[in-house]
Amino acid sequence: MAATRTVAIEGSESGFATTRFEDMLNWARKYSLFQYPFVTACCGMEFMSLASPRFDLARFGAEAPRFSPRQADLLWVVGTISQRQAPVLKRIYEQMMDPKWVLAFGTCASCGGFYDNYTTLAGIDKIVPCDIYVPGCPPRPEAVMDGLMLLQDKIARGDRTPGIVKPRTDPALTTIRKKHTEDDAR
Amino acid sequence: MSKLVLEKLAQKFGAAIVETHSDHGDDTARVTPAAWKDICRYLRTDPALDFDMLVDMCGVDYPERGATNERLEVVLHLYSIGRRHRVRLKTRVGDEDMDDADLDSVTSIWAGANWFEREVFDMSGVTFKGHPDLRRILMYPEFEGHPLLKDYPAQRTQPLIPYRTEAEAGLPLDKLAPFREDEGMSFGRKAWGTPGEGEPS
Repeated sequence: MAATRTVAIEGSESGFATTRFEDMLNWARKYSLFQYPFVTACCGMEFMSLASPRFDLARFGAEAPRFSPRQADLLWVVGTISQRQAPVLKRIYEQMMDPKWVLAFGTCASCGGFYDNYTTLAGIDKIVPCDIYVPGCPPRPEAVMDGLMLLQDKIARGDRTPGIVKPRTDPALTTIRKKHTEDDAR
Repeated sequence: MSKLVLEKLAQKFGAAIVETHSDHGDDTARVTPAAWKDICRYLRTDPALDFDMLVDMCGVDYPERGATNERLEVVLHLYSIGRRHRVRLKTRVGDEDMDDADLDSVTSIWAGANWFEREVFDMSGVTFKGHPDLRRILMYPEFEGHPLLKDYPAQRTQPLIPYRTEAEAGLPLDKLAPFREDEGMSFGRKAWGTPGEGEPS
């Protein structure tokens, strides 16, 4: 009962597949993201769970963390960036080689969140270009995976406009959120 | 907790103890800044008191008390590991413009006071006389002012590097983050009454 399945791609009869060089390069890039985790705060816990087997970020081809920015092409900014740290982050970014992408993990990195004060950089996009925002406090792992897949999609399309992953609703928090929405309406 | 500590302090220092109170087993004494160091030394060395642990030190700003040279309250929490009792010591320094906001350092009594005094200096601007290395501990050296004073504007930041310009980014700056500052938070700014960006304060 051997069932045979054939996959037909263009030119498969001759043993060749044709594509554009750029597309092929982008395809290779999107599945071999070398990441540099710039982890500063509590979102780091969420990042660890994401990178470990339960959520397994490696499935998406973003497996190898590099601990030198010179070897990395995806910068994860995970957590609050203080004004004091901003020059460090910028320097890290500048050390990465092109092509490079930046993902803001969590509300603090995306826009500062409730750290609206003297010490915090309200969003990393104030100093480095940011490709993907994943707001959330912390973002759910699914949201971050959404963000990563969105980034891969943008890499494949050569699209450099910032993308945002809408936060998913945490069932445990819906009552609080609902109350505040009602308060706002009042 | 007995009032032993407060009684001994009142006995020994008399008028230097401005006021005392005991609440829920916690004893508090407010003292004059001039007697600050002597009282600390006494608390540390008296065998019946033996406060060998400096738990915490912080500064609290009360701008409305500036007229009487009592703008900043420095609060010291002490604990005796051997005697198992604690005391809270307060003193007030500084006028409206933070002149005379200086106090004797207690680093020679508790070495652990070193970083606490640097923090109080950094956040609230109290100068500690006799501190071996009084410089900012949390904020960067370029930072101007003291952020926990009530007259420091709540949303004023002092960036170390210039922010990106629209020309650099290639798109309008307000479009960079395509959402407002509470995005992704399960609770909004309204919940604690802070104005958002662009809202009147």
